Amino acid sequence: MDQQESAAASAGSFISLNEHEQRYYSGLHSLCQADTSGKLSSGKVAELFKASQLPPESLHKVTEVCGAKRLGFFGTPQFYVALKLLAAAQSGLPIRLESVTANLPLPRFVGLQNDPEMRYTTVPPGVDGQGLPAPGSASWTPADRTTFRHLESSVDKKESWSPPRSPCSSPPRSPMNYRSYSYSKQRNGTDPQMVYESKHPSRPIVQLEQHSSPSNYGTKATVEHPVIVRASSSDRLDHQGLVDYSDDDPWRITEEQLEYYTNQFKSLQPDLSALILGSVAKNFFTKSKLPIPELSHIWELSDVDRDGALTFSEFCTAFHLIVARKNGYPLPESLPPTLRPGFIQQEADIPDTPESAEPLIVFEDAELRSSQLDQNIIERLQPSIATTKQDLKEESCQQDTTVMMTTPQQKQTLRLDAFPQRPEPPQDLDPQLKTKTRPRSYSSTSIEDAMKKAEEPPTPPPRPQKTHSRASSLDLNKLFQQGAIGVKSGWLPPPPALPPRPTTSQVSHFAPEKTPQNKVQQPNFADFSHFREEEENRVKVEEQGPRSRFGLSTEDLSGTSKQDLIGASHSQAPQKPVRRKYHPEPQNLESVPPPAMFPSHTKPAQKLPSRQKREIQMAIRKNKETNAVLTRLNSELQQQLKVVHQERVTLESQLDLLRPLAST
Amino acid sequence: MAVCIAVIAKENYPLYIRSVPTQNELKFHYTVHTSLDVVEEKISAVGKALGDQRELYLGLLYPTEDYKVYGYVTNSKVKFVIVVDSSNTSLRDNEIRSMFRKLHNSFTDVMCNPFHNPGDPIQSKAFDGIVSGMMVQTG
Repeated sequence: MDQQESAAASAGSFISLNEHEQRYYSGLHSLCQADTSGKLSSGKVAELFKASQLPPESLHKVTEVCGAKRLGFFGTPQFYVALKLLAAAQSGLPIRLESVTANLPLPRFVGLQNDPEMRYTTVPPGVDGQGLPAPGSASWTPADRTTFRHLESSVDKKESWSPPRSPCSSPPRSPMNYRSYSYSKQRNGTDPQMVYESKHPSRPIVQLEQHSSPSNYGTKATVEHPVIVRASSSDRLDHQGLVDYSDDDPWRITEEQLEYYTNQFKSLQPDLSALILGSVAKNFFTKSKLPIPELSHIWELSDVDRDGALTFSEFCTAFHLIVARKNGYPLPESLPPTLRPGFIQQEADIPDTPESAEPLIVFEDAELRSSQLDQNIIERLQPSIATTKQDLKEESCQQDTTVMMTTPQQKQTLRLDAFPQRPEPPQDLDPQLKTKTRPRSYSSTSIEDAMKKAEEPPTPPPRPQKTHSRASSLDLNKLFQQGAIGVKSGWLPPPPALPPRPTTSQVSHFAPEKTPQNKVQQPNFADFSHFREEEENRVKVEEQGPRSRFGLSTEDLSGTSKQDLIGASHSQAPQKPVRRKYHPEPQNLESVPPPAMFPSHTKPAQKLPSRQKREIQMAIRKNKETNAVLTRLNSELQQQLKVVHQERVTLESQLDLLRPLAST
Repeated sequence: MAVCIAVIAKENYPLYIRSVPTQNELKFHYTVHTSLDVVEEKISAVGKALGDQRELYLGLLYPTEDYKVYGYVTNSKVKFVIVVDSSNTSLRDNEIRSMFRKLHNSFTDVMCNPFHNPGDPIQSKAFDGIVSGMMVQTG
């Protein structure tokens, strides 16, 4: 026993497995469901042993020799030794450790799940142990190995799988996919067997669908979310190596796809049993960059109840078709059976109930659409699109309820009445819905318009307070937001004493800037010190400068020097183009109490097209910058003028002093 | 049973025209166009009735020596025109109505498609299928 133990312990080091054996054994190893500690499931191992068709005594001997009996479990080395022993026994050699070192063929297992592997990888006894029957089978083993690996890690992949996303180049993959398709033909009967059905009932479908999905989506990198793309690129590569299991893949939705679609659906419509309106779906699917006729065709195929909206299953169908199309599959003329909504419903039942209860698929419209864009762009788009979608959703949800009550129009009520029926199997309702919707749908296009119009009255969700409507102080918003220049920041602390005119405040802000001691572009509080200094300067300059032309409202500024004047004049010049562009702006500029205004402005400022706002903001910013520069320049010049004036005064006094001397 | 089926938009431009004997397409197009006048006349004559399918069906617009032209208008002033061969004498009114009903249904399906902009030529395969079915019957 001791010898055996030591032998078994060192068996691993004895065994020199050639490449094929290595692969095969590792495959079998994974087949036997090794858990984390490396122990193999004894049930699986027993199955494997039984499949080797050796007499039970031999199996017991093998177990004993390899050391598993002693250990009580099959570790990896024990397993490998056992496999070797099995091979030895099958080839007629005695079951002893010494046999392990012999050059053995691979053990043969009959009736096991991995039959195909047996078929292809096991070597007839006479053949050399390394020989695999054909080069084709050699290519199977890597596939098998990857398969096994894949099966092992399928759980992980479930979360991280994102089918079509990977940025890997898609076109080169397509030949592999076709090859995998041909393989699948060969492996038809055995494919389902590859799955560990005992462990995970849902796994078979997962496996089947997973294989379909990689073949479907592995090629096209363009679709879907960049985020998941990065994570799943390696997964997809694994998938690529996998053979396509099911025959009717392209039209079968896998688990991951279902999940993904659920997420997407959720992003459009949080309620799984509710509908996605046609316009919403249109925007979403348009992002996939498929040509409109194809999208139209897809819609025709997937909207089985012809209501102009998509239920969850219809949505899955449509999405799936789009993905397939993007992966190069031609669109079918009629809906494949696996994509029918009823089928999808069944599939949804198969996964765990919690999954089906919650919206599984959340569509990431943004990602689907902007698949061709740069990832950054996609990510940037996502929030915006998500928000718009959310708004639309919220509005449409509100719309549904409000319109239910309020609209007297037949069409709308009919449409809304049809909504509650949606969750039911669409086929059953088809005739009913058709009859119901038909008379209404005569002017169906107006419904969407009406609904859209009705969407507007409901108050939009609370918008960020930063932006304001036209009438409000848009400029001030930008001023506050930007705050890059000190002037803008000067708005923030609007002290009641602050002069309302931005120009003056600008001037006042910059005027002190000219004084070298003062820091340039100080935030708000500097204004006050500036003011005080200004007053001093004003006193100095008073003798020289004319009073300000502008009837600056505040008394602080009323007496300010021509600095203010000039500053104001400077600021007024840039103001003019601004005024041209956007009339309320100067008013905003002049209306000082911005903070007071801000809270009061709860109007949906976003109504203003953001583009215009941005343009206006840009213009304002530029003007402000010019203002700042000019006022600074002005203040400097004023300073110089003052200095020069001083000199002049001193020179004159000196001259006066000298004159009487000269005269004498 | 039809030799030509046409869908004309509200503004009287064609959304869809299909005729079986393709060599005579121009003749059918011309026929359909001239039938629009008759349609307009009937529309104005019908009055303010809405939603009643009976009034949507305009019936025989005008017969010529070779064929008969039937018209149908929807609530949104989209006109369907069917030209049938006069040699098919056994074509009853109900059959024509049912043809129009089918056309209307598939037309609304097309309209429900959010990717279809009203006013665009109809490019739906389903619609084509239905129309072909109607025309193939004629042989």
